[in-house]
Amino acid sequence: MKQTPETNTPLLRVEELVTAFSTETGQVRAVDGVSFEVAAGRTLGIVGESGCGKTVTALSIIQLLPYPNASILGGRILFEDLDLASAEIEELQRIRGNRIGMIFQEPMTALNPVHQIGRQIMEPLRLHQDLSEKEALSITLNMLNKVGIPSPEIILSEYPHQLSGGMRQRVMIAMALICNPSLVIADEPTTALDVTIQAQILELLQDMQNQSQTSFIMITHDLGVIAETCDDVVVMYAGRVAEQGTVEQVFNAPRHPYTQGLLSSIPRLHTPRKTQLKTIEGMVPALQDMPPGCRFNNRCSHTIDQCRTHYPNLDGQVGEHRTACHRWQEVTPS
Amino acid sequence: MNTPLLEVNDLKVYFPVKGGILMRAKNYNKAVDGVSIHVNAGETLGLVGESGCGKSTLGKAIVRLLKPTEGQIIFDGNDISTLSASELKPIRRDIQMIFQDPGESLNSRLTVGALIGEPFEIHNLDSPESRRRKVLELLDQVGLPANAIDRYPFEFSGGQRQRIGIARAIALEPKLIICDEPVSALDVSIQSQILNLMLNLQQKMQLSYLFVAHDLAVVKHVSDRIAIMYLGHIMEIGDADEIYRDAKHPYTRALIAAIPEPDPSRRGRTKDVLQGDVPSPIDPPTGCVFHTRCAHARPQCVAEQPSLRETASSELTSHKVACHFDL
Repeated sequence: MKQTPETNTPLLRVEELVTAFSTETGQVRAVDGVSFEVAAGRTLGIVGESGCGKTVTALSIIQLLPYPNASILGGRILFEDLDLASAEIEELQRIRGNRIGMIFQEPMTALNPVHQIGRQIMEPLRLHQDLSEKEALSITLNMLNKVGIPSPEIILSEYPHQLSGGMRQRVMIAMALICNPSLVIADEPTTALDVTIQAQILELLQDMQNQSQTSFIMITHDLGVIAETCDDVVVMYAGRVAEQGTVEQVFNAPRHPYTQGLLSSIPRLHTPRKTQLKTIEGMVPALQDMPPGCRFNNRCSHTIDQCRTHYPNLDGQVGEHRTACHRWQEVTPS
Repeated sequence: MNTPLLEVNDLKVYFPVKGGILMRAKNYNKAVDGVSIHVNAGETLGLVGESGCGKSTLGKAIVRLLKPTEGQIIFDGNDISTLSASELKPIRRDIQMIFQDPGESLNSRLTVGALIGEPFEIHNLDSPESRRRKVLELLDQVGLPANAIDRYPFEFSGGQRQRIGIARAIALEPKLIICDEPVSALDVSIQSQILNLMLNLQQKMQLSYLFVAHDLAVVKHVSDRIAIMYLGHIMEIGDADEIYRDAKHPYTRALIAAIPEPDPSRRGRTKDVLQGDVPSPIDPPTGCVFHTRCAHARPQCVAEQPSLRETASSELTSHKVACHFDL
């Protein structure tokens, strides 16, 4: 694992982010007071189930929220001396695709079907860097080589539909990295792929990170992907952070009952067959309909009165293993 | 030895690929190309493979939602591979299906009560009053509240809709259920609830499952035996624990190695990542269909298609592999 000196200011610091969607029944907060940091050269995983706010968090960082339904109501997003939450659109355009790259889940819909691959990969270069066409072309070819695309000269003039899912995701990665960003946000980058192709892409992402020292935010619902690729992890539940720490801390000694439940409900290859799996009973409450107090209180087997009245804040300090649970010290097996 | 509940012999399902001005079949997509499997009464056979390997097509051919091109499907002693729709109707009571996306497979205009009661209606069983009572029993069995009976599918979450789909499938007390990716659209915490339900129902009702999925960890958890499929062919089939512990086929090994495990201490392990993409089933490789991605491929693999043969190590249980070599 990479060591980062403690004194370094983080590359990205998200403070008390609140992002809300306006609906017919009023405003709902999809992200409600989320804070985390990404240190230079490290990979942060954000994990949680559908609707927990992990994708909205990512879209908030680069301000790609659906307009006008969603807006950031509060908090700060500090990235390279700039607060992205209040930045002007021109400043954001200077950063998107240049300092922050994005990799989306479904490359077939994220890539433009009517433009050639070469043109799409070169687009960020042409927008952000003052390069001649020849220079841009040679950088692009070099990048296609790096992401493991065979015969890049031919791929340049092909269209997205001519490539396989794995190849399209390699093209997405090339696009995200072409301007040498300091941060790449990957939203479920391997969810649409088969398991053997997923292994190829995860390996590629790690190689690319080792070479470039770029920071990554990896958003996924797959705890396996987090464990294999991330240094730090944020576990989200219903728009809030349930637990955060290094991958070792959170996976080896989970403190929040939700994290504990998630980790023990996954069938694994070495667990005995046809046995009852541990479950988290019930389901995530709707955003319009959040219980007061801890949002996990209707599914948690350790709920006490305090959990129904007071939301537990994250304990501890930035950089430590932190949990938002009133009772974690009692419920965590030592 | 008992005769198996389901026996599939050398099944082929080809889809014509049309082209030219006359739209004649130019070629065939060999989705299932000579598959033989069996499912014993009360057991679960897991069927694993990546997109396009033909696993869903095989499942659909067994319930006869598709007509097989060639081969036999022997269910409960009868060959059902060529039966007409009317001849199939009584057999459909015994073979049911659970689909991947319960949002799409449930008619959104019907109430849950009507959806679960539909099988009784189709097969003309019971009076309307006793149907309603049975529907209530089924709701209870799959863990849904009784008041669900007059509500519509959209009022339910994905996990609850899958429970509705399961209630429909078990309504007529079938012998075999084909489960096509039943939990892959669900969140992890819901997935385990549904898997537990399916295991409980199997025990209570002596069900047999053909469990089709891409997630080897999930399949291994619910199955007694596992078949690994690649490009229309069975690559390996055997006892679930043995497949995991002692996989013989290089593809099975690659699949197992590729699963990201939620255990950071395993991160440093060396993985043999399978290179390349799955070839097209329209123009599959010659010989062994896996040879284009196999690290052990030799000239024989290009020339000659390996047959599914019994491995040497398995004396007690059958463990077959389609590979020329003992790797």
